[in-house]
Amino acid sequence: MTDVVAPPTQVADPPGEIGHGHATATGISNTKLAMWVYLGSDCLLFGSLISTYLLLRHRSVEGPGPEDVFDIPFTSVSSFVLLMSSLTMALAVASIGRGDVPRNRAWLATTAMLGGVFIGGQVYEFTTFYREGLGYTTNIFGSAFYTLTGFHGLHVSVGIVMLMSLLVMSARGNLGPERAEAVEIVGLYWHFVDIVWIVIFTVVYLIP
Amino acid sequence: MSTATTDTAPDGDPQLGETDLEHGPDHPSDLKYVKIALILGAITALEVGTYFIQDASTGLLVALLFPMMAIKFLVVTAYFMHLKYDNPLFRRVFFFGLLLALFVFLIALSAFEFWNDDYLKFLR
Repeated sequence: MTDVVAPPTQVADPPGEIGHGHATATGISNTKLAMWVYLGSDCLLFGSLISTYLLLRHRSVEGPGPEDVFDIPFTSVSSFVLLMSSLTMALAVASIGRGDVPRNRAWLATTAMLGGVFIGGQVYEFTTFYREGLGYTTNIFGSAFYTLTGFHGLHVSVGIVMLMSLLVMSARGNLGPERAEAVEIVGLYWHFVDIVWIVIFTVVYLIP
Repeated sequence: MSTATTDTAPDGDPQLGETDLEHGPDHPSDLKYVKIALILGAITALEVGTYFIQDASTGLLVALLFPMMAIKFLVVTAYFMHLKYDNPLFRRVFFFGLLLALFVFLIALSAFEFWNDDYLKFLR
């Protein structure tokens, strides 16, 4: 008796999905599913870091606390910049879906630039806090704060590297509509970084 | 691939322009993305506005800020991340991770706030 394996069938793109014209058992893109699984697991990482921060921030015995160092107007501008980078990323995904490569390149570059502005703001913020006496080991608030926001900054930096890689691919002519999914997946990662900041901005900065 | 290159839909529907079909008829157009971003920006401005409320209690700030945060979170996931239009499996995978994260937070919170020496002594 021999096992009969059905040949893979070509799955048509479901409504609302582009550039995924490869056959999978589920009918959905494995790469995209993998990114969603990763994002789901990253929720746990940030959930743990945010929980730790909330539980520890008011347990410092000495040293500056949140109310001594936070500059809300400055951080608000950074938050707005990151929020707008989600718009430019969404426009980048939409433009590659239409086959508009030059516009896709422009939106990717804009998104990377806005991400760079956000990281620049974070470096400035960390430097200012350090000058005001809040080091990583000064107190338990400092440790929890730098770990949480530092991990988020690391995620943004990785996102910028991904965007720059897409730009290099595009400049070499390797990023057309047939690879729209690559842009979409980087977009998912970028939007995730944005929604994590939405939570951090409210929970860490705005609620005393 | 269902990428449209003309201003009219393949079935001749004049209501669907080029940008409406970039991800299929259900996906947002560029203009809609811009409108969504403007709404998100306005909510962010409202959030920042709460910082300037004099003598606001933590309870009031939580009541004001958490719904705004939740709306922003859901709008970005639904429209920018296309969860509203994509396969429901993606939604389930993502929100399962999110629910697990909330569960971890509740466990950690209970460990710090209830299962400490003071509370255990109180129980005894």
